[in-house]
Amino acid sequence: MKKTLLIGTFITGSIFASLVYCSGSGEESGGITGWSKASRLDVAPVNNELYRSECASCHFGYQPGLLPARSWVKIMSGLEDHFGDNAELDPDSHARLLRYLVKNAADLSNYKRSRRITNSLSPDEAPLRITDTLYFKRQHREISLTRVKNNPEIGSFSNCIACHSQADKGSFNEREIKIPGSRRGWN
Amino acid sequence: MPKYILLLTGMFITLQSPVFATEVVDTTLQGYQSQGAGEFSVDAGKTLWNNEIIHSKSPVTRSCASCHGNDFNTTGKHIKTGKTIKPMSPTANPKRFTDQEKIEKWFRRNCKWTWGRECTAQEKGDMLLFLSKQ
Repeated sequence: MKKTLLIGTFITGSIFASLVYCSGSGEESGGITGWSKASRLDVAPVNNELYRSECASCHFGYQPGLLPARSWVKIMSGLEDHFGDNAELDPDSHARLLRYLVKNAADLSNYKRSRRITNSLSPDEAPLRITDTLYFKRQHREISLTRVKNNPEIGSFSNCIACHSQADKGSFNEREIKIPGSRRGWN
Repeated sequence: MPKYILLLTGMFITLQSPVFATEVVDTTLQGYQSQGAGEFSVDAGKTLWNNEIIHSKSPVTRSCASCHGNDFNTTGKHIKTGKTIKPMSPTANPKRFTDQEKIEKWFRRNCKWTWGRECTAQEKGDMLLFLSKQ
């Protein structure tokens, strides 16, 4: 009897421990472990090494889910003049990155902000900048351009991570906003 | 278990052995010569580096120094995008010229951006030699 009780306790304990472990590791890794995690994030985080090394080494690693596929196609077809700089890639990297961007674009994503960005655009609109989308403008209309430009730690609306402290993880929650040089949040 | 130890040791060794810029520069220069370039000169590289070009897309002349600056030991700033550029000197920036693919990628991009055309093997060799001595 004693032996059975002991084994029973052990088994129950193991199951409980493994459950705690699983949920804990899911939270910490920042990875997508299920639908609940996905819906809490705003856009799918970047999960492509080539994108990190080729794109996010020069500028903020804008998640593919911030623009529709038609925008990415347009951006990738003009890398010779990429917002004023030449960002040409070898053909193989170009093809791989285009595939990644299109596959994970906003109009093919189920994430909250991706859907809102897509819905704010007309079907023939293919903005090259996230800051040109109606959704972005609406969300930032209370922030003046001069305030952004005059702050050397921000400089531009395209510098997401300057204020959205968790932007690199695909999270743009209002509570996470920290405006440099200001103790206050977004307002 | 021993597999993991072996893997960790391997990773440790990889992290510990630095890639020397001089070796990569030498290989790259040899590559340019096999493409038809002759001897390389530091002086020619310096002249090319400071070569000011009137660009159709720019109201101001463009040269390498426009963005990289004149001090090879400090960071530069892209005149158009404002992007910070790490120092060009391998002394100040040990990662500089340790990856041949990166050298080619940036020569292709920056020659076209600055001069409006790709650089020749001779020009790339001269500039690379000049920069590697900084």
